[in-house]
Order: sequence, then C-alpha cells, then structure tokens
Amino acid sequence: MSNTQRDNGSATSAEAKKTDPRMNEKKCSWASYMTNSPTVIVMIGLPARGKTYMSKKLTRYLNWIGVPTKVFNLGVYRREAVKAYKSYDFFRHDNEEAMKIRKQCALVALHDVKSYLTEEEGQIAVFDATNTTRERRDLIQAFVKENAFKVFFVESVCDDPDVIAANILEVKVSSPDYPERHRERVMDDFLKRIECYKVTYQPLDPDDYDKELSFIKVMNVGRRFLVNRVQDYIQSKIVYYLMNIHVHSHSIYLCRHGESNHNVEGRIGGDSELSPQGKQFAHALRDFIEEHKLSDLKVWTSQLRRTIQTAEELGVPYEQWKILNEIDAGVCEEMTYEMIQKTFPEEFALRDKDKYHYRYPGGESYQDLVQRLEPVIMELEGQGNVLVICHQAVMRCLLAYFLDKSAEDLPYMKCPLHTVLKLTPVAYGCKVEMFYLNVEAVNTHRDRPLGKIPRDSDLIHRRNSYTPLSSHDQVKRPRLYSAGNQPWLPLAPTPTALMPEGRPSQPRIGSSCL
Amino acid sequence: MLDPSPRELTQNPLRKIWLPCRNGHIVQRRVCMTNCPTLIVTVGLPARGKTYISKKLTRYLNWIGVSTKEFNVGQYRRECMKIYKSFEFFSPDNEEGLKVRRQCAMAALNDVREYLSVKGGHVAVFDATNTTRERRATIVKFAEQNGFKVFFVESLCDDKDIIAQNIVQVKLGSPDYIHCNTEEAIEDFMNRIKCYESSYQSLDEILDRDLSYIKIMDVGRRYLVNRVLDHIQSRIVYYLMNIHITPRSIYLCRHGESDLNIKGRIGGDSGLSARGKEFARRLRKFIQEQNIKDLKVWTSQMKRAIQTAECLGVPYEQWKTLNEIDAGVCEEMMYEEIQEHYPLEFALRDQDKYRYRYPKGESYEDLVQRLEPVIMELERQENVLVICHQAVMRCLLAYFLDKTAEELPYLKCSLHTVLKLTPVAYEVESVFLGVDAVNTHRDKPEVRKHKCLSIDMKS
Repeated sequence: MSNTQRDNGSATSAEAKKTDPRMNEKKCSWASYMTNSPTVIVMIGLPARGKTYMSKKLTRYLNWIGVPTKVFNLGVYRREAVKAYKSYDFFRHDNEEAMKIRKQCALVALHDVKSYLTEEEGQIAVFDATNTTRERRDLIQAFVKENAFKVFFVESVCDDPDVIAANILEVKVSSPDYPERHRERVMDDFLKRIECYKVTYQPLDPDDYDKELSFIKVMNVGRRFLVNRVQDYIQSKIVYYLMNIHVHSHSIYLCRHGESNHNVEGRIGGDSELSPQGKQFAHALRDFIEEHKLSDLKVWTSQLRRTIQTAEELGVPYEQWKILNEIDAGVCEEMTYEMIQKTFPEEFALRDKDKYHYRYPGGESYQDLVQRLEPVIMELEGQGNVLVICHQAVMRCLLAYFLDKSAEDLPYMKCPLHTVLKLTPVAYGCKVEMFYLNVEAVNTHRDRPLGKIPRDSDLIHRRNSYTPLSSHDQVKRPRLYSAGNQPWLPLAPTPTALMPEGRPSQPRIGSSCL
Repeated sequence: MLDPSPRELTQNPLRKIWLPCRNGHIVQRRVCMTNCPTLIVTVGLPARGKTYISKKLTRYLNWIGVSTKEFNVGQYRRECMKIYKSFEFFSPDNEEGLKVRRQCAMAALNDVREYLSVKGGHVAVFDATNTTRERRATIVKFAEQNGFKVFFVESLCDDKDIIAQNIVQVKLGSPDYIHCNTEEAIEDFMNRIKCYESSYQSLDEILDRDLSYIKIMDVGRRYLVNRVLDHIQSRIVYYLMNIHITPRSIYLCRHGESDLNIKGRIGGDSGLSARGKEFARRLRKFIQEQNIKDLKVWTSQMKRAIQTAECLGVPYEQWKTLNEIDAGVCEEMMYEEIQEHYPLEFALRDQDKYRYRYPKGESYEDLVQRLEPVIMELERQENVLVICHQAVMRCLLAYFLDKTAEELPYLKCSLHTVLKLTPVAYEVESVFLGVDAVNTHRDKPEVRKHKCLSIDMKS
C-alpha cells in the first residue's frame, strides 16, 4: 500500500509535516478517514482455528479499502528465534526454556507493532498468535494502553474435528516447521501441539472477566458469532467483513466484455457495441462455460452495453450492476489517448504520475472505483461460482483485492481482452488461472511510464478535494477525536518490562493532538 | 434455459438500462434481492424495543429498495378487543385472552402471507413478543409451508432504567392507556411484563441452533448472531449492529447559494455567490448558538459545499458520495434549455422522477444506492451536520422521514434552510437562516390531459 496517503494542499504544508505524520491529512480515502487512533487486532485461538487465514484475509481487505494494515505473525518470529523446529515438546507449557523464548518473541513482535503504527503510518496491526491465556492478553492490553492504541480481539473457536483436520492438512503440512511433509507425522505432531495449548486455554469470557473488552468470537467457522462492544466505524466494518467471509471452494471468473467498437478505435469509455471479434469472444465464452460444466453459475455484468451483449450470448440469466460500470473518464470520455494528450496535456501527465489517485476531471479515480466496488467484493465472498463480465479498470480493482496488489501496482495490472481469469482460493491465498479464448483483440494496456516520477502532486490533490484557493487555510484540518474515541495522547516511554531483553526505551517526544 | 438466438438490446429510455427486446430472464441488480421472501420475527418481553427496531428496519429496507412491511400483532389485538381493560388480559391463566391473542397472531400471519406471496413484498416484519418456543415453532412451520426464510431478532434487556424510560416514552401514549394516569399506566404495564416473564424462553444456544437469528443484548452492547443464511440477513445484521438509541441531532442543509444557482443552471461545480457566503457565516453562528456537543461536519467534494464548510471554522470531512446527482449531458444547463434540446428526456423525467436517469448521468434511485454508506455511518454517529445538495438531501430526508420513492424527488429542500432532525419521533425542525436565495425547487407537474408517451417502464 502506498505510503503517500498524505494530502497537503499547498506550500504551507511544510509546517504541518513537522508534526507526527498522522497529523497531516491522510489522502481523503473515505475509509482511512474514518479511523482515528491506530488499532491493534488481537487474534485468539488454539492452533488450526483459522487465525492466520482470517488475519491475512482481513489485512488484504483493509489494505484494499485504503486502511494501511499489516499482519504480525508470532510463528514467524518464533521461527526466527529457534532456527530448527524439533517437535511439539517446544510448546509444552512446562517447558520453561521454550516459554521464555516464546515470550521474548511476543515482545519483539509487539515492538514491531508499535513501530508500524507510530512511525510507519500504519493504521491497523493484526497480531496473529494464539494469545490463549489471560496473562498474555493482559500483557498486550498494557502495551496497547501505554501507546494509546485501540484493541479489538478476534477469537476463533472450533470444536468440529473434521474442520480442524482439514485445516491442518491444508496449511500446516506445508509449513516451514515440517519440511519433510510427511502427512501422518505432521498430523500427529500438530495435534499434540494443540493439546499443549488446550491445557492453559482461557477463552474470552463475555459475562465476567472480559465483558469490557471489544471483541468478536467466531464459532465453528462462522456459524455463530458473539460481538461485544464495538467501539467505532472500523471495528464495525471488520465485524461485517468477518461475518461475510466463508471458507469456500468455489471459483470466481473474471473477464472483460468482448472487444468493442471503441476499443478498435482506441477510444476509452463510452457505451459502444461489440465489434465482430467481440461477438466471437462471446460465443467462445459460452463454449468455455459449457466446457467447464459450471452449473449454477451466477453471471454479473455492468450496465454498459458491451458487457450485456457479451452476457446475452451465454444464454443464461444474468444480473446487471451499475457499480460494475467502467471508470468514468469525465471530460476524457470517448477520447483516444492521443486526443487526451493533445487536448489535456497536463491531465495526461498527472495521470502517469499517480495513476491510482488521479481523478479525471468530472470523472473518477481508481481510488473512487475501489470504494464503489466494495459491495461487489462483499458479495463475491458469499457462496457459489460467479462470472463477472466487466471492464479493464474495474477488473484491475477486483483482481487487486484477490491478489493483494498495492495501490501502485493495481492500475498497471494486465487484464487483456478475451481472457478469462479463474480465481480459486487455496490455503491463505488465491490461485489464478488464465484462459485466453483464442479470439484476437486489440491491446488496451498502457504500461507504467519508465523512470521515476516525483510523487509530489499538488494538482492531483486540488483535483481530489477542491480546497478553495481563496481560503487561507490550505491544509485540510486533521480530525479531532469523535465521541467515544480517545484523543491522541503524548507517548510515554515504554516500560522496561515490555522492551525486548529488558532494554530501557528511549524517551519519545510526544506529539500533541490538535 | 439456453436461448440459441441472440437478442437485440434496446435501452429503456427512462432508466437508461439495456434490455433485450424480447422479454426474458433479466434482473436489474437491486440491492439485496433475495430469491425467496424473508420473514423477520421479533422476540422479546414488552418494552424491549421490538417495535422500535421493527419500524426502523422496515424504513431502512424500503429506502434501499426492498419492499418491506411490518405487522404488529398488538394492533390486531387492539382492533379485535376495542377496549383494553388491564394487564389481566395477558395473564397466562386467561383462557379467553390466550384465544384472542392466538387468533390475532394467525390473522397477522395471514396478512403476511398475502403480502409476501400475493402482493410481491420481499420482507415482512412480524412484530410481537413471540416469547415461547411453541409460538416460534408455529411461525417456522408457517414459513416453511409458504417458502419463506425466517430470521429472528431477539431483544434482551435487564436494565431497569432503560425499561422504565421505554415505558414512559412509548407506552404511556399508547391507545391502551388513554384513560389512565401515569402511575396507573406504569403499574399496569409492569404487571403486563410479569405475565410474559414466567413463560419466556429465550433463543437457546443448543435448542435453537438451527435457527437464523440475532440476539441484541443491552441495547446493542453485545450481539449474538447465529446462522446468517443470505445476503439480506447479513445486511439486516449489519444495520442492527450499527443503530443506537443515544439522543442526538442530525442537521441537514444545502451548500450556500452558488453562482450557477443564480443563473438557474443545474449541476456543475461553481463557488458560492455573495449571498451564499453570507449564509455560510450565518450557519457558523447558528452552529455556535446551538452549542452542540462533538458535532461532526460532513460535506461533499464539490466546491460550493466545501466553501460553506470552510466558513464554519471547525474540522470537517469530505465524502465524494455526497456529491450532487450527476446530470450527465444536462450538466450546467437550465431547465428551459433541457426542455428545448432534450424534450423527450425532459418529459420522461417528469413521468417518473425517481427512476429517471439522465443520459450518462444518474437517477435518484442510483443516488440512494450511492448514499447507503452515508446513512449507515449517520446511524453510528451522534451529532452530525451534513452540508450537501438538493437531490442528495432529498434522499437522506426521505430515509429519516420514511418517504416513498414517489414523494422523495419532490421534497422541499430550500437553500439557506437547516433541517434539524431529532430521532425517535423523527421530528423535523426547519430553521431558515434569513439569507435570501433563489428557489431551485420544481413541483411535480400536473397530470396532462392528452395521451402520455407510452413507454414500457416495467423493467
């Protein structure tokens, strides 16, 4: 995710830059605007309960909607500290040596969390570990309080042995801990590992000990949820997201409409019909669907003619979504790139500087597109096979969500005409298969321009948020805390106990809140 | 289902949607379309906010385009019994009372069936206590027989203060207590609650594990969600988890008068006129006088709204989704010019202003979909001032005041006037800030005597 989520309207922003980076306006991404204090999401659960799956997926989603998020997986830290994993004995609760190492790893990880949230412009850190004891959670809470972060717990509880076994096979067998990959031995060792944790597992207690905490308990892979004390907008989005994702095996097919008449002329946007080649593609697509025996396939299109014409050829019911329409190029609609360069040379240059944030005059940006497409993503997380017939920019945004691409890479992803992408969930990610349906088409892709182009772009910011030049205040003011949110407090030095290896922390100059 | 011959596409002139010429299996994406109707069933002791939730949920679902209706069994009972004597009616030993109540529930369910199966409604909210497993089983059976999905919404609350407040605010004004004084009413109502308490069987983790439901505890402090089956249930859960009952006010207004307003042109992105700036200054004063706690200010990303907000001297947030309706090819035109250059479009808009989409632009219907996240966030927030635009403000107002799609595009949202909305009763206070402005409102034209353009609008 791009680091420049900053929005300084003018020269006077140099002043604003002095203070903590968060005090400068983040780019007016609607989602990032809604968060205030950084939040630490703390996963809780026995091994093989899907914590890492949820952590990665949630992180991918939050980054996609514009909230800088990062996962801190304790297993990674542990593997760093203990180069060779021998057996489940390491995880026995009476293994003092190991317990010391594990605690140390937690402290190092928390230190990195703090760095990320305070110095690296992170907004959310996902602390992915078992965190099964109250003692560990109390430690984390002390850390969070110390740094004026918010905390939200996500506990995964599962007692279905089939689900657990499937998890182990799917992800643990290929873990770096088990290089030899002998399934039975892995299964055996891992189940014993789980037993080690069970001894000291203290689940969240909503009625008593943990009733003041903000958390969601996910039970049996989403059959049931308990949600307690959601504090703010981002927590409510997280809850909504976690309640909508499923562990599923269905596939999502993405493709663009068939080649259109405008495509042939090199024009962007508009609402033209399919060219003869485009119509051929539609036929080929129908054959493709038949070949792959996709029963109960949902087909979605935009409300532009070219996608609908493509869907019509399939002879199956389809749904039209206005929000799947191609990016609105505003005044540049229906122009060729050459015409744009000639008529609006400044705009043309601006777009190449920061294609993700650039908004066409009177039109949209990729960033706007992402916001627009969020309901589509939410529904794609539901059940069933879906074929989405859309457009180049739209497909790039959707693909970036599934393949976890940054804002910098998103606008340059290759989505050629007449090619179907099949996305299948696999372990923690997505497998992509590309099917070129053998019908020729023009190439509508423009590569990233060569050479490093300076990122500073006042003009883009003026485009995205009309700061009236007459106003003396060129810098958009930072949010004050809202009702229920803590103000940004000056940072106290971290107590020695929480520092790795008992090192004293450097005192930090606090940043004042406005 | 495979249709061999390709169908020609024509664009519906009103909604600008491409449809095949011959009628076929086309569905325009409507938010939360479900395949089978859904029956939402409230569960809970009296004075737990079931009716409040039912009404609010119904209003929200209708606003986003899902036809929803509530069926309050209490109403049926009042119709049947005419006069309410006392809580004795609800006593578990009152055979006569039990019979009547069962009949009323059946009558309500019958109407539900008619609404969902015959009249094409999507969601019915069955608002009653439904506190016994037996009653709920009856409802589940009824739903199964008719092919409806069922989703329970249980409200649990033990906080005596909240319950007392509820009774005072809502029950005292009920037709049941029209002839009682306050003390009598409260005492009777508390006894009424007791009648239900002994037989109350809350949704149980084990016994009801196959049902789809949400349990709302302590007015939203905690939720338990079980087996959400489909998209609409998931939206309902999301909505219920975002609403609250903390008293607050929502202020809606438009930007100050703009240069294009004065010229009588629609859309565009002009700055404030002199009078518009004066309005912004008065708005600042108004806000200060109101002395609102922790007021959030939201604007669109259009110059006129931002300029207005800038004058307030407080932090504000910009939402692109609050931008005015996109008039497409008609942007920056005057209504007379539109009538001259696009007479067909002009006529179509008057025929169905809600669904009419400007060529290369938007419709009010599109606006509503666009504004849904704003509504969701407004529900979460407390005191908010939204500085927006005419069409946008109409959509937001229609949500709060439960206006239909027909009424929405003709709601009066004048310049330089702030609407203060206070929830629960949704009273609207309209404050004109004393700066003159042009009138941008167009009333619904009268029905013409001659034959209308016959266009098939059923898409």
